Amino acid sequence: MSNILIVDDEPNILLSLEFLFKKEGYRVFIARDGDEALGIIEDRMPALLILDIMMPKVDGYEVCRHVKSLYPEMKVIFLTAKSKQQDIQKGLNLGADLYLTKPFSTKDLVLKVKSLLN
Amino acid sequence: MALLFAIAWFSERSSEKGESYASNPYVYALSLAVYCTAWTYYGSVGYAATNGLEFLTIYIGPSLIAPLWWLVMRKMIRVSKVQRISSIADFISSRYGKSVSLGGIVTVFCLLGILPYISIQIKAIASSFEILTTGDFQMSGNLLPFYSDAAFYLSLGLALFTILFGTRDVEATARHDGLVTAIAFESIFKLVAFLVVGVFVTFIVYDGFQDIFTQASIRGFDHLFVFGDEIASTDWFWMGILSMMAILFLPRQFQVSVVENHDENHLDKAMWLFPLYLLIINVFVLPIALGGLVHFEGEAVDADTFVLALPITYNQDWLALGVYLGGFSAATGMIIVSTIALSNMVSNNLVLPVILSNDKLKKKFQLRLGETVIWIRRVTIILIIILAYAYYKEVAGKFSIVSIGLISFVAIAQLTPAIIGGLFWKKGSKIGATVGIIAGFGVWFFTLVTPTIVTAGYLPETFLSEGLMGIAALKPSSLFGMEGMSPISHGLFFSLTINTFAYVFLSLLLTQSSKEHNQAVVFVDIFKYSTTLDSSIIWKGQAYLPDLKALLVNFLGQVKTDEALQEFEAMTGSSLEVKGAVNSELVNYSERLLSGVIGTASARIMVASVVKEEEISMEEVLGILRETQELKFLNLELKQKSKELTKASTKLQKLNETLRLNDMLKDEFISTVTHEMKTPLTSIRAFSEILLDEDLPEEDRKKFLDIIIQETSRMTRLIDQVLDLERFDSGRQKLNLESTDIKILLLQACESMFQVFKEKKIAFTMDLPFDALELAVDEDRVKQVVLNLLSNASKFANSLTEIRAVVTDNYLQVEVYDDGKGVPAEEVPYIFDKFFQAKNQTSKKPIGSGLGLAISKKIIEYHGGIIGVERKDGLTCFSFSLPLFQEKNVEPETQKMYE
Repeated sequence: MSNILIVDDEPNILLSLEFLFKKEGYRVFIARDGDEALGIIEDRMPALLILDIMMPKVDGYEVCRHVKSLYPEMKVIFLTAKSKQQDIQKGLNLGADLYLTKPFSTKDLVLKVKSLLN
Repeated sequence: MALLFAIAWFSERSSEKGESYASNPYVYALSLAVYCTAWTYYGSVGYAATNGLEFLTIYIGPSLIAPLWWLVMRKMIRVSKVQRISSIADFISSRYGKSVSLGGIVTVFCLLGILPYISIQIKAIASSFEILTTGDFQMSGNLLPFYSDAAFYLSLGLALFTILFGTRDVEATARHDGLVTAIAFESIFKLVAFLVVGVFVTFIVYDGFQDIFTQASIRGFDHLFVFGDEIASTDWFWMGILSMMAILFLPRQFQVSVVENHDENHLDKAMWLFPLYLLIINVFVLPIALGGLVHFEGEAVDADTFVLALPITYNQDWLALGVYLGGFSAATGMIIVSTIALSNMVSNNLVLPVILSNDKLKKKFQLRLGETVIWIRRVTIILIIILAYAYYKEVAGKFSIVSIGLISFVAIAQLTPAIIGGLFWKKGSKIGATVGIIAGFGVWFFTLVTPTIVTAGYLPETFLSEGLMGIAALKPSSLFGMEGMSPISHGLFFSLTINTFAYVFLSLLLTQSSKEHNQAVVFVDIFKYSTTLDSSIIWKGQAYLPDLKALLVNFLGQVKTDEALQEFEAMTGSSLEVKGAVNSELVNYSERLLSGVIGTASARIMVASVVKEEEISMEEVLGILRETQELKFLNLELKQKSKELTKASTKLQKLNETLRLNDMLKDEFISTVTHEMKTPLTSIRAFSEILLDEDLPEEDRKKFLDIIIQETSRMTRLIDQVLDLERFDSGRQKLNLESTDIKILLLQACESMFQVFKEKKIAFTMDLPFDALELAVDEDRVKQVVLNLLSNASKFANSLTEIRAVVTDNYLQVEVYDDGKGVPAEEVPYIFDKFFQAKNQTSKKPIGSGLGLAISKKIIEYHGGIIGVERKDGLTCFSFSLPLFQEKNVEPETQKMYE
């Protein structure tokens, strides 16, 4: 089963997502900020990233840019409270495969992740 | 005489009050009757007694031309008003390029022409006085030395009156309302007096007109009231023409009809009233003449005295006195108006140009020009009257009133070509006018004046009988063998013909200067230009420094003018005091200076109109200037207004900007709030869905439900804070002030934070060196602030925090320290703004909602205190102060608490 990396600074969101994807049978890694995420990406080569944008130090956009330039195959889903059109556009322009806004439907997210990884 | 003074004074007073008697068409028409002098009063009768009906020509001419006034007189009035013309000399000089020399020439000739005329008025007054007192019916110069001659003192009295009511204003164009009213009164008086005599002679001495004519016919005087032969008719024609010119151009007529005119439309009435006056005053001339001839047949009675002699003969003393006064009125009216007109001419066209063109004189007078002008006029008036008196003593006594009067008429007639041509013919030029006038006057002098000089005994008789230097063709009374005309017609014919020819011929031959042409256009097309000067006038000539200076002073003030002129001298290296004229450089310089004050176009007109030879028009110029200044002032006001508008709109823009900014902030605030809300919502939703779907172990279920509850309360807190802040912002927040023990408040706040510090392994120190301090505060709110600062400290501190309180005279100061990295200097001003963190770190999650400090600031400000942040001893220090409204005993006491 694929590796999934979840990046967010909100502990309860991490907790819920981790629980969900573990249940679906994925290997789940967790990062609380962009720096941490970049390290894990190098180590674990996850197939898919679930990225928050607003994080201390390195933000989600930068992580996405980095990932897409090095590993274009790696899937990126933005999962963020930023719902303005220009933010969504920016995310997609960086090569993100999906842009979902919080609060999200867990079912929907799981389905999307599955379709991306198959 | 005293009555005259009274009337003039009273009328002058009332015109100052703004209720002018003189501004009335009837008064205007009556003042025109200054035309009827002692000549009409005594002379006409004398003339009728010798020449019959011919005396009428002098009145037929004016009556015939009256309808034409609308063409000629109205144009003269309009031109004179626009150009501020004050005399006939002024009029001519102004028309021909504002020529000084022409004005001077006209003035001199008018003096020569009018002086004898004034002298015959004095003669009439003196003689009639003598007749009244002695009963000797002769009009001849008496032989008394002047100091015992009543006429001399009368003349001086007249001079005084004229000075009083004729030289009050510098401005020659100023109207003399008092004078005009007095003249109008005199016109009525002389008319009434004359009619009374006429009625007396016709109906009391004789039995009506029929009786008189019958008696005259019996005695062979019928040639006097039937029309004469061919010779007489040419004389009639020439006399008619002569009097037409006289009524228009005599200096005194110009004075009353043009200068003293209040309203062009008064001409309407004058056009028929004046001829009517002439008709009425002449009704009894022939009856009186014939009655006198019949009555005094064979006696040595001068026909000029019939009017007075008849009442005296019949012992009508009161009537005689009335007649005398009527004659006195007629004479004095003429003398007064003529001397005023002449004195204006002399001062403005002779003396001033001399003063202004002579360096020394100019220096002497330039600061007192106005005063000088008035004195020149006063002296001139006295001189004219004294000269007239002298002429009367020497010459006029030997002639009849009418003959001298007619000679004067012919002199004035010489101005006709220049004036009429000037009004209707643009090509009429200065040279033509000058030469024409000089030639005309030459002929006039030769044909009409020299004979009187001969008669007076200053030239040999042969001069008349054999001609100049014995040349027969140059006999004064019959030039080139022209015989059979009366001397007056003969003189008029030759002088006017030569004059007109010279004028027309030279005007056609020569081209005008641009200045001349400008003036010609203004005069001829006056009704097109009416009250504005042609703005295209461009002057290239000479200007008088005083004029320019006066102009500049009027606008820039003395100090600035002097500075500017000094600067000019320094700039050009030339002295201003070179000759009377200044160079065009200075003119242009002045124009530029003025342009700054009144705008370019106005400045050009101003300078162009100041730059000329006559001082008079200074007033005109300054008048226009004041108007322009008012305009300028209005402009300034407008500018001011538009500035204010600009200011207002800038304010509005700023306000708008502020509104827009506020709007943006509001948007940002809302989006930040919603964003902040989404975080707990997201967790709640995610866990709720997990709980719904999954069949979870009890342990997990409990944990997840706990999280949901936590996140819910987090949301509640956030919502409360937002509402809180909104209430503070809008000023609707009320503080619940109660007397509170501050120390206990601080301790309670610290206590609730101990656990947190402990968990984070951060040292916490308290330094509260006071006891039981009670302040009126909102306890919960202040506690909220303290907690907020402590919790921030706990988030940012590395290893230690401290709370200190200091009590000063007026304030309690609470300080919270932490050893974190601190607030960047550039962020200090904003750190207390709501959602500052959210705004500032677009993609970095803030710690906390970002509302804590903003709310704290509001709370402290509501309490009248100050909140701030600074770096102290390497530590971050947040502090707030509270004013000590109520103080109780303060006992400093240091207390340190360690965790």
